[in-house]
Amino acid sequence: MAEFTLPKNSRMVKGKEWPAPAGATNTRQFKIYRYDPDSGKNPQLDIYTVDLDDCGPMVLDALIWIKNKVDPTLTFRRSCREGICGSCAMNIGDGRGTNTLACTQSIDDFKGMISIYPLPHMPVVKDLVPDLTHFYAQYASIEPWMKTQTPPPSRERLQTPEERKALDGLYECILCACCSTSCPSYWWNGDRYLGPAILLQAYRWLADSRDEATGERLDQLEDPFKLYRCHTIMNCAKTCPKGLNPAKAIAETKKMILERVG
Amino acid sequence: MSEYQRPLSPHLQVYKPQLTSVTSIVHRGTGIALAIGTLMLTAWVLSLAAGPEALECFNAFAGSWIGQLLLLGWTFSIFYHLCNGVRHLFWDAGKGLDVETAYKTGYAAIIGAVVLTVLAVIIALA
Repeated sequence: MAEFTLPKNSRMVKGKEWPAPAGATNTRQFKIYRYDPDSGKNPQLDIYTVDLDDCGPMVLDALIWIKNKVDPTLTFRRSCREGICGSCAMNIGDGRGTNTLACTQSIDDFKGMISIYPLPHMPVVKDLVPDLTHFYAQYASIEPWMKTQTPPPSRERLQTPEERKALDGLYECILCACCSTSCPSYWWNGDRYLGPAILLQAYRWLADSRDEATGERLDQLEDPFKLYRCHTIMNCAKTCPKGLNPAKAIAETKKMILERVG
Repeated sequence: MSEYQRPLSPHLQVYKPQLTSVTSIVHRGTGIALAIGTLMLTAWVLSLAAGPEALECFNAFAGSWIGQLLLLGWTFSIFYHLCNGVRHLFWDAGKGLDVETAYKTGYAAIIGAVVLTVLAVIIALA
């Protein structure tokens, strides 16, 4: 059920304002969601001032700068710093934000104080680290691998250039969860609705000319909650840091189900 | 899971409204408004059947400022729901789902609904 307010233990309180770096002239303030599971306290919003002349251009650079120079307890996931691992997905904005990768989000795109929260409507492990267990379990539930019945050929299973092209805009997904956690439907029904990221992945296998389990996959998706909680709100496509379109993939899946009914 | 309950990260509180999310929630809101508005229509038909006194009573309510405001709201609701409904028909056919087109059609649905509402008011008051 949709619950529009945060539970009591999740309400954010005012946090600490950390001192500005001495002598810095080109600075920017960052308001960052902090939650320490050991403290037993509610999440709080800390304010940091970053010396932009001493820091790289991206939001992730600022987070690393804070962790190195100001507050080593600040916790976040990061790895590749080039938009391919999907680890640093978070909610970033000046004021209200959208979901994106901190590593590919330029600080200069914002005016004034930058707010950073964990991916929305997720259980928080610590600071900017959400618990993605359920998200990954949903991914496993669509059985994201090629399934075949025909005997394996002596070489690769071939595709025409057109068949291969059908996977463009699908295979690039890095499962960062920006889209699923931007989706109000996933917020309210994420326990049963698979959400945009997983449905895009499901369609990736439906669209693959080599996969031979299309019927079985569609059977599994044909469910009032798993697939049909998509109401084309389109936050997913708007926020995807890779420019992909889960809403389109979901519409195509619905069409496939309709077409086989005839 | 450990014994403590992890906090839920903020969602509606922090997520920036997008044109497409606003047109979506307004579509739902106008749909609910139309369902309630249908009761008003039923009341009108019933009062018509009940006789001139009942009809006069209904007309007095519909003519009052609150009745006029409700009628204006429902007029906008039906036109918005219609315009945005056309968007949904295209989406169901798998068309117009790229972000750029969805934004263009979103603005078109809002402008279309406002223009049709103004036209309806002008015709009603003429």
